[in-house]
Amino acid sequence: MTFPYTSSDLDRFRELQQLAYDCAERVADWLEPGVTERQAAARLRRELVHAGVSDFFHVPFAWFGDRTAFRNFRTPLQFFPTNRRLAEGMPYVLDCAPVRDGYTADIGYAGRIGENPLWDLIAQDLRVYRELILREVRERRALAEIYASVDAQIARHGFDNRHRVYPGRVIGHQVTKVVERGPAGVTVFGFGVRTLQTLGRELIGERRHGRSPLWADGRASRHVPTPGLWAVEPHVALRDVGLKFEELLVVTDDDAYWLDDDLPHVRRWTQRADNADIRAADNEVLTTDAR
Amino acid sequence: MPAEPTDPTAPAEHPVRRRTVTSGGVDLAVFELGDPAKPPVLLVHGYPDTHRVWDVVAEDLAADHHVIRYDVRGAGASGHPRRLQGYHLDQLADDLFAVADAVSPDRPVHLAAHDWGSIQAWHAATDARAVERIASYTTMSGPCLDHVGHWFRRRFGHPTPRNVAQVIGQELKSWYIAVFHIPLLAPTAWRLALADRWSEILRVTEGVEPRPGHPAATLRLDAVRGIKLYRANMLPRLTRPAERFARIPVQLITLTRDRFVSPALAGSDLDRWVPDLRRREIDAGHWSALDKEASTVARMIRTFAADPEGGTSEPEDAVPAVSAAHSGKPFTGKVAVVTGAGSGIGRATALAFAERGAHVVACDIDRASAERTAELATLLGATAHAYRVDVTDGAAMDDFAKEVAQEHGVPHIVVNNAGIGHHGTFLETSEKDWQRVLDVNLWGVIHGCRAFGTLMTEAGQGGNIVNLASAAAYLPSKVLAAYATSKAAVAMMSDCLRAELAPHGIAVSVICPGIVNTNITRTTTFSGTSAAEQEARRSKAAGMYARRNYPPEKVAAQIVDAVLHNRSMVPVTAEAKIARTLGRISPALLRAAAKLNIG
Repeated sequence: MTFPYTSSDLDRFRELQQLAYDCAERVADWLEPGVTERQAAARLRRELVHAGVSDFFHVPFAWFGDRTAFRNFRTPLQFFPTNRRLAEGMPYVLDCAPVRDGYTADIGYAGRIGENPLWDLIAQDLRVYRELILREVRERRALAEIYASVDAQIARHGFDNRHRVYPGRVIGHQVTKVVERGPAGVTVFGFGVRTLQTLGRELIGERRHGRSPLWADGRASRHVPTPGLWAVEPHVALRDVGLKFEELLVVTDDDAYWLDDDLPHVRRWTQRADNADIRAADNEVLTTDAR
Repeated sequence: MPAEPTDPTAPAEHPVRRRTVTSGGVDLAVFELGDPAKPPVLLVHGYPDTHRVWDVVAEDLAADHHVIRYDVRGAGASGHPRRLQGYHLDQLADDLFAVADAVSPDRPVHLAAHDWGSIQAWHAATDARAVERIASYTTMSGPCLDHVGHWFRRRFGHPTPRNVAQVIGQELKSWYIAVFHIPLLAPTAWRLALADRWSEILRVTEGVEPRPGHPAATLRLDAVRGIKLYRANMLPRLTRPAERFARIPVQLITLTRDRFVSPALAGSDLDRWVPDLRRREIDAGHWSALDKEASTVARMIRTFAADPEGGTSEPEDAVPAVSAAHSGKPFTGKVAVVTGAGSGIGRATALAFAERGAHVVACDIDRASAERTAELATLLGATAHAYRVDVTDGAAMDDFAKEVAQEHGVPHIVVNNAGIGHHGTFLETSEKDWQRVLDVNLWGVIHGCRAFGTLMTEAGQGGNIVNLASAAAYLPSKVLAAYATSKAAVAMMSDCLRAELAPHGIAVSVICPGIVNTNITRTTTFSGTSAAEQEARRSKAAGMYARRNYPPEKVAAQIVDAVLHNRSMVPVTAEAKIARTLGRISPALLRAAAKLNIG
């Protein structure tokens, strides 16, 4: 299979991903103690619709507190927003997947209200997973092997793997252009009707090639990354604090790269590194003065 | 009554001042030591003692405290009411407040009490007046009777095997309370036999040598009159317990070898009644604590009185103070050492102790991973330090133990967790592999027990040693020859060590996890296989362990539980439990199963 998208296709995917992250950031700025998951998810949906989104790959999700770590999740129904209220110090995760003109984005935005040093540590460490996944995809290692590498890294960090709570234990899934057939905006079990059609077709089509559009640790993922677009969502937690990011990875016929590096979690890392550089530079000046 | 204000034979570095306080129509003999300008400490004695039971502790405290003691009604030089109602707890608490008001009218007192004194003092400490008049309360060997009433109610309400065992255990210890309710029997026994032999009884059972004033010359009368304490209060309080909450800081000192009050009774449900509770432990008996361990008791009272909120730990002053928010956690102020703490069960255990207030010392052969554990422990609210130690190196372990003792205090809890996996039949396993497996899995545990066990017995503060074995310790398998051997040796060594350390109040636990999802499978070596095949089998084993998906956090929870309840042997996962049961029913079955390629 060869890489199916043109550069203008990729631009459209990138625009939509930016738009989704912008909406999530606006909702994050609006969040405050007392807001419920349902209110947050509804607000996220309104922001997206207002920005011109007509359909959803899946409905917007919001998880607060220990629900960011999917503690005691027994059924998929528990992913849906509840009346859990935000409180000071709580972590939260917003997750949405808008579809516009057949292009899909699928993003995850993690944040916290007030102080939470544990959250800060995990947020910083997420960078390791973004780099690890890209490196190993470029090496064209089998998806299941990369999944195991991520697990080993999670163990080294002392966190636990929470993406295995997602249906199918997936750390990611393929994203394609949705063929616009059937009613837009109608969802079944949280997934858009059009999405389900596309996903179903993909599952069957890919299966015939011995590949899976879902990226997990099982037999079905023992193949090199299929060229195309992958929404990758490492989700880790320690105790009751869970974090994730989710963004599109571009896998071409012989290379791979993240679709966009100008995203909130990436900016957080570079900002912090810059600050550290500034501090280091300051120290240098001081020591020079002292001499 | 022979109440000499200054006993020439007493250790009278500080002169005793005597006064009389009248409360409820009874004259109470009050004795003071030390500078009245210093913080006041009120010490209350138990049954069948007088204020002199505190002599050694009082002398120590008098250096920097105004020490106040009194003979409770019916004992020593104080008066004695004729009627049973005169011994009611309300009246005894009034006595306590009357003494505090008379001697220290302007400053609230720090209270410390033992045995029946502690029962009375609980009644006062849970009284509305306590907030104004009592600054802190240190209790030893005497629970609040109302709390005990609720304790029994709860256990009768949920008669699980453990609850029933706790009730039976306590009843066996308090047989004498029932005896005291039998008319004539106890008074006659005291008059005719016990009083004359009391010194001897204390010497034999507690190792306490008689000293001037203790046992008191008034023992015979004290003991007989004091029986009314039991008769006036036990039944009403235990059958109709009130809800009594303490709103002042309370320090519970558990005496681990107390023959009369079980630790479960003295403290297990206390968190419900006392929001601001500190727990301390001394490896001593009911009376020996006030003689042999008097300096420890005095130090604990002193530290607590100086800073009841701050929680400076005892007896390791080296441990940094923890915030008040942590008080009430079971391991606050305790030092926990975990080997192999850089990953898997070791890391989960270190974090579990950290979450419960312990000061964690994490060591691993890989320093970076131990540092990571310490970093996570700190984020969970504990203080933690990381060390690089090779457990197979005996001398290094000795140095490590000394360093820990010096910098953090002698540990209360040592978890010998470091271990490696090995897969291979007996004949496949090379001499080098045998040595490597035994070095880490067996010698590592031996070195840990030896280095820290020595320090812990010398420190005399009791504690817990936890050794990680495996279900393979009792589950033979053809393909785990070296590994199972090393783990079986750990189990047996622990059983022997448990017997040896029991008199020192140090419990030894063996943990047999079973199949747990950790990185041990990623480092397991396989004998008789090529490198490529080893890698394939490793990932296959890791896959199997991942599918079993028993998280190391659950093992850590079992380790914490084993420490809290001094459990000897803990099979953790279902397969570990089933194998243990099967092995008891039919050892031949397990021997037959060993021929399969399981492991």
